[in-house]
Amino acid sequence: MAIDLPFIWAGIIAFAVLAYVILDGFDLGVGILFPFFPEKHDKDLMMNSVAPVWDGNETWLVLGGGGLLAVFPLAYATILPALYAPLIIMLLGLIFRGVAFEYRWRTNRAEYLWNWAFAGGSIVAAFSQGVALGALVQGIPVTDRAYSGGWWDWLTPFSLATGVALVIGYGLLGATWLVMKTEGHLAERSRGFAFKLAFATVGAMGIFSLWTPFLEPLYLDRWFGFPTMIFSVIVPLLVLGCLYLIISGLKKGRDVQPFLASLGLFVLGYVGIGISFYPYIVPTSLTIWEAAAPDESLAFLLVGALILVPMILCYTAYAYWVFRGKLNPDEGYH
Amino acid sequence: MFENFDAQILARAQFAFTVSFHIIFPAFSIGLASYLAVLEGLYLWKKDKVYLELFDFWKTIFAVAFGMGVVSGIVMSYQFGTNWSVFSDKAGPVIGPLMGYEVLTAFFLEAGFLGVMLFGRNRVGPGLHFFATLMVAFGTLISATWILSVNSWMQTPTGFAINDVGQFVPVDWWKIVFNPSFPYRLVHMVIAAYLTTAFVVGAVGAWHLLRHTAPRRAGVMFSMAMWMAAIVAPIQIMAGDAHGLNTLEHQPVKVMAMEGHFDSHPDGAPLILFGIPNTAEKRIDYAVEIPKLSSLILKHDLNAPLAGLDTVPDDKEPPVAIVFWSFRVMVGIGFAMLGVGLFSLYCRWRGTLHENRWMHRVALVMGPSGFVAVLAGWITTEVGRQPYTVYGHLLTADSISPIAAPAVAASLIAFVIVYFIVFGAGTFYILRLMARLPRDPMPDLDDGPIRTSGITPAAQTGHHGGKHGH
Repeated sequence: MAIDLPFIWAGIIAFAVLAYVILDGFDLGVGILFPFFPEKHDKDLMMNSVAPVWDGNETWLVLGGGGLLAVFPLAYATILPALYAPLIIMLLGLIFRGVAFEYRWRTNRAEYLWNWAFAGGSIVAAFSQGVALGALVQGIPVTDRAYSGGWWDWLTPFSLATGVALVIGYGLLGATWLVMKTEGHLAERSRGFAFKLAFATVGAMGIFSLWTPFLEPLYLDRWFGFPTMIFSVIVPLLVLGCLYLIISGLKKGRDVQPFLASLGLFVLGYVGIGISFYPYIVPTSLTIWEAAAPDESLAFLLVGALILVPMILCYTAYAYWVFRGKLNPDEGYH
Repeated sequence: MFENFDAQILARAQFAFTVSFHIIFPAFSIGLASYLAVLEGLYLWKKDKVYLELFDFWKTIFAVAFGMGVVSGIVMSYQFGTNWSVFSDKAGPVIGPLMGYEVLTAFFLEAGFLGVMLFGRNRVGPGLHFFATLMVAFGTLISATWILSVNSWMQTPTGFAINDVGQFVPVDWWKIVFNPSFPYRLVHMVIAAYLTTAFVVGAVGAWHLLRHTAPRRAGVMFSMAMWMAAIVAPIQIMAGDAHGLNTLEHQPVKVMAMEGHFDSHPDGAPLILFGIPNTAEKRIDYAVEIPKLSSLILKHDLNAPLAGLDTVPDDKEPPVAIVFWSFRVMVGIGFAMLGVGLFSLYCRWRGTLHENRWMHRVALVMGPSGFVAVLAGWITTEVGRQPYTVYGHLLTADSISPIAAPAVAASLIAFVIVYFIVFGAGTFYILRLMARLPRDPMPDLDDGPIRTSGITPAAQTGHHGGKHGH
C-alpha cells in the first residue's frame, strides 16, 4: 500500500494525547496545588490563570477519545472496558473540577466546597489518568475482539505508582505555569513548589524507567536491544538537561524557561513510552494495523484533520495570546 | 437491589440517565449562544445599551450552563467505549469519523472562542469580541449537525456495507451523513433548542415584569422571546409533522408505538388522543379516539390502511407505553407553546404585552416546558428505536460491553449521586442568576475587581462573572 494510513493516524492520535497531557496537565496541576495556597486572593488568581483556556485544553481529551473511536475502534472497544473503573472515576473528577470554574464565583457560603471540588477533582482526575496509563503499559489481554481480563487487573502497585507520579508531574506543570503567569508572593511560593516537584518528577520518571522493562519482555528488548537502546541512553541525558534548565531557570528568576523545560520532561517521557509500545496500540495484544478502521474511514477523517488541526492550533494559539503575560491582579476575569 | 437487573438493563439505564442530563444543556446553549450573538449584534448596530446589559446578564448564565454541558459531554464521549464496546467496534468506522469531525469543527471552535467571549472584551475590542460570540454560536450549530447525523444514521442507516469481522464499513459517505432522517431531525432539534431558550428567556422576562424590577430590560427580552414563540412554535409543529411522516416511511414500527396502534386498521386508523396502553393484552384501555384521523394525518386519506404492531414479532417491538406517553407529552407541550405564541400576539395587538399579568404568569409557568418537550421527544425517538442500536441491523443486546453487572451498578449509582449534586447546584446558581436583574438603570455594584472575603453575599450575587474586565 502506498500510504500507511494507520501509521499516520497513530501519529495524529499520539499528538492529540500529548497535547492533552501537557495542556490539561498544567491546569489540572493548578488544581492539585490549590490546597497549598490558603489565601482566597491567591486562589482567585490561580483559577483565573487557567479559566479562559481550560475548556479548550480538555477538548483534546475528547479528540483523543473520539479519534480513537473513529480510527482505531477496536482499541477504543478494548481499552475502555479494561480501564472501566479508573476512567469512570476520572470522568467524575473532571466533572467536579470543571463546574467549579463557574460555581466557585456564584456563592460565598459554599465557596470552600467548590475549592475542594476543584482541588479534589483535579487530583482524582490526574491520579486516575496515571493509573490508566500504568494499566495500559502493563498490557491488556484481548480475545475475539473483546477485553478478556478481569475487572481489577488495572489495580497493581505499578499502576498506583504511575498514578502518584502523574499527580506529581502535573503539579510541576501547574507550579511552573504559576511562576510564569503570576507575580509577588504567589509566584515565589510556586517557585518553591516547582523546585521540589521538579526533583520528585525526575525521580518518578527514573523509577518508572527502571520498572517498565521488567513488566514485559517487549519493553526489555526495546530498552536494551539495538537500535532502540540509543534512545535509552539519550533520553535520560535529555531528562537531566531539562531538570537543569528548570532549576537554573527558577534560580535565576526566569519566568518562561521552567515551564517550557517542564513540558520538555513530559515530551521526553511520552516519547519514551511510545518507543516502548510501538507498534502496539493495545500492548501487547493489538497493533495499530490490527485495531485500525478500514481505509475509507481513515482517509475520510484525515482530509479534515489535515486542514482543521492546523487551524485549531492557530486559533488556540490566538486564544492563549489574547491572555498572554502576567495576570494583572486588578483585572478580575470573573 | 440490583440482583434482578442484568448488566444490559443497567448499562441502558446509565446511558439514558447520563444522556438525558446532557441533552438539557446543549438544548439550552444552542439557543442561548444564538440569542447572545443577536443581542451583541443589536448592540453594535443600534448602540442601545440595553442590549449590552442583556448580553452580560445572559452571558453569565450561559457560562454556567455551558460548563455543565462540557463536563457531561465528556462523559458521553467515553461511555460508548466503556459500556457499549461491541457497538463501538462495529459502528466505529462509520459514526467515529462523524464524531471526529464534530470535535475538529465544533468543540475546538467553541472552546477556543468561549474564553475570549467570556473574559476578553477589554482585550480584543468590540469587533473581535462579536466575532468570538459568533464563532461560539456557530460552533454549537455545527456540533448539533454532526451529532444529529450520527444519531440519524443509527435510526436510518444507509451507505454502508458489513465486513468479514462484522463491522459496519463506509461505502458512500454522502449517504451516511445525509441519511434519510437526518434533515428532518436536524431541523426539528435546532428549532426545539431555539424554542426551549425562547421560553426560558420569556419566563425570566415575565418574572421580572411581574416583580417590576427592571421593566425596560425585562420588557425587551420578553418581547423578543414571545416573537420567537409566536413565529417558531407553528413552524416546529409543521417540522414535527414532516419528521413523523419520514419516520413512518423508514421506521413504521416506531410510529405504531407512538400512535398506540396494536391492531392493524385496513380501512382507516383512528387517532388515539389519550388512553392507557395495556401491553399485556395488546390494547389501549379507556381510549379516547377520533375515527380515521390517524390515517388522514399520516396518509392524507381517511380510509388508508395502516398496519399495527400485530404485524411485528413481539421481540422486535419497542416498549409501547413509554413511546406512547412521551410522544403525547411532547405534542401537548408543542401545542401549549403555540397557544402562548397566539396569546402574545393578542396581547401585542391590544398593546398590553408588557402589562397583562396573565400573559406573564402563563409565560413563567411555561419556562421549563421546552426542556420537558426535548426530553420527551428524545425518549420517543430513542426508545422507539429499540430493540436496536443500529436500526434493523444491530440489536441493543448485542452491542454491550462485557462488563459485570456490579461494576455497572456501582458506576450508575455514582453518576446518579454526582449528577444530582453537581447539576442540582448548577441549576440553583442559574436560577439565582436569573432572579438577579438589577434595577433600571443598572447600578454598578462592582466595588473591586476581585471579590475579597469581606464582601456580603448580597453584593456578591450582583457581581456577574466576567461582566467587567476592569
